[in-house]
Amino acid sequence: MTPELKGYLLLSSIKVVVVFVALLLCVVVVTWMERRQAAFHQDRLGPNRVGPFGLFQPLADGLKNFVKEEVIPYQGDRTMFLLAPALMFMPSVVLFAVIPFASPLPISFDFTLPLIGQFTYDGALPMIVADLPIGILMILAISSISVYGIVLGGWASNSKYSFLGGLRSAAQMVSYEVALGLSVVAVLILAGDVTLPEIVAAQQNGLWYVFPLILGFILFIISSLAELNRMPFDLPEAESELVYGYHTEYSAMKFAMFPMGEYIALVTMSALMATLFFGGWDIPFTTWDDGNPTVLKTLATLSIFVFKTFAFIFTIIWIRWSLPRFRFDQLMGLGWKVLFPTALGYLMVIACGIWALESLGIEQGPLYGLILFGLNLPFLVLMFGVLDSGRLVTGQHQRRKAAN
Amino acid sequence: MAITVKVVRRPEEGVSYLRASLKGMGLAFKHLFRKKVTMQYPEETSEEDWTISTRWRGTHRMLTDEQGKPKCVACGLCPQICPANCIKLVPGEDEEGNRIPLVYEIDEFRCIFCGYCQEVCPEEAIHVGVHFENAEYQRDRFVYDLERLCGQTHTESSLWDPSDPKGE
Repeated sequence: MTPELKGYLLLSSIKVVVVFVALLLCVVVVTWMERRQAAFHQDRLGPNRVGPFGLFQPLADGLKNFVKEEVIPYQGDRTMFLLAPALMFMPSVVLFAVIPFASPLPISFDFTLPLIGQFTYDGALPMIVADLPIGILMILAISSISVYGIVLGGWASNSKYSFLGGLRSAAQMVSYEVALGLSVVAVLILAGDVTLPEIVAAQQNGLWYVFPLILGFILFIISSLAELNRMPFDLPEAESELVYGYHTEYSAMKFAMFPMGEYIALVTMSALMATLFFGGWDIPFTTWDDGNPTVLKTLATLSIFVFKTFAFIFTIIWIRWSLPRFRFDQLMGLGWKVLFPTALGYLMVIACGIWALESLGIEQGPLYGLILFGLNLPFLVLMFGVLDSGRLVTGQHQRRKAAN
Repeated sequence: MAITVKVVRRPEEGVSYLRASLKGMGLAFKHLFRKKVTMQYPEETSEEDWTISTRWRGTHRMLTDEQGKPKCVACGLCPQICPANCIKLVPGEDEEGNRIPLVYEIDEFRCIFCGYCQEVCPEEAIHVGVHFENAEYQRDRFVYDLERLCGQTHTESSLWDPSDPKGE
């Protein structure tokens, strides 16, 4: 092995470990944040005893989960039962690999270790675990694996509640995956690339994609809520009707793996929203972060990225504690009758719009964004009207027609 | 009468789903900044919110006379009437020949706080009290001996509503 390759491998493994640990720390913070924020929405204080502001409460919960007794259902499928938490947990961790979380870090070293040999690296280290050429496609592919964790967990428990939870999640995640994928395609057309660093680079000129693709963003946030099994789409869990659905029968650390996987997926999806629509690690209203990489720039962009991510996490938790749960047919109706056709039609219009703008020779800039934003408006009005009347979601229109 | 089901139709005019949802989210956001209603109990206490009834029957106290001796004459009525059998009384005599309790213990775990002991006591010595903060670290601390019963300072229960003499 050449010293350059060894240096590259060393840095890559460090990045993997750092990102993994950071994600687990994020789980701690998000768990705490969810409980505190829920309490604040309800005029309570929430956990505030363990550590400063109760920040160590999730650690105490984790310790409790480690020492609790594990119960495995006697008549369940043991292998699948043990496999399901891992299947839930792993994909959500892997997803973060393709998300760039800061501007490149300039780094150079040259040292020799006994036995292993010389390590060298010189240049800007991209702050991304794996800059895969397939980028976002990998996210779409891997994120659907976690549905196996839920379905297997629900089935292997040999419990009716868990089984119903698994069924629901299968139907829900498969149908919302479509809308999720389609809403991303508009971003890919606009950026002309599927790798996330390129999408961030395309937004560096100040035009964040949330502006020209506002509807795409709305579709994305709705379907990612369904994808994450979060309120108002948390039908697989539905603690009030299914007793926490697919993980009813789980206990101790295996139970904790499910929420951990969910929280990591929540962090990843929020990071993805920030990356696709809010410029990733781009600092707004300045081009200071675009030039030559420095350590300061890396730190600044990293904190901006963390801020954006947590802003989305805040929003998702806020939605959870404001809205009631959908009924199952409403969920399916929203997915297939509203989001899917809207996303498809929207994609057509945006594609035509971008084609027309490029044939007219208009550069990407404020005018470009304004025209694309204008294309969003009729869709926005239409979707708002349809959803607000509740016609397609409740199905009451059809039922009344059938009754008469 | 047969059970009838009233079918409530969904409102068809003036319905709003998305607007109502957004309004709800706005309300939830406003609540983030409201004053929290949680009282941090062991550290914070509130006098005005916590007026409990004078009829509250809590842990016991033994009243004492002017010399600081318990008023109890060890007549044995309270262990007799106690339905939970939680009072242990060993009677005896002091130097002047007065009957005094040598041992007087109440097991507060067994006690059902019926207040019969207070009712039956001819000397108005034993009382149930207006008190509820009884936490201890050891189980055996819940057997109150005579010294501890005399040492309690909370007000004794009135058992009956003073304004309603019929109750007594």
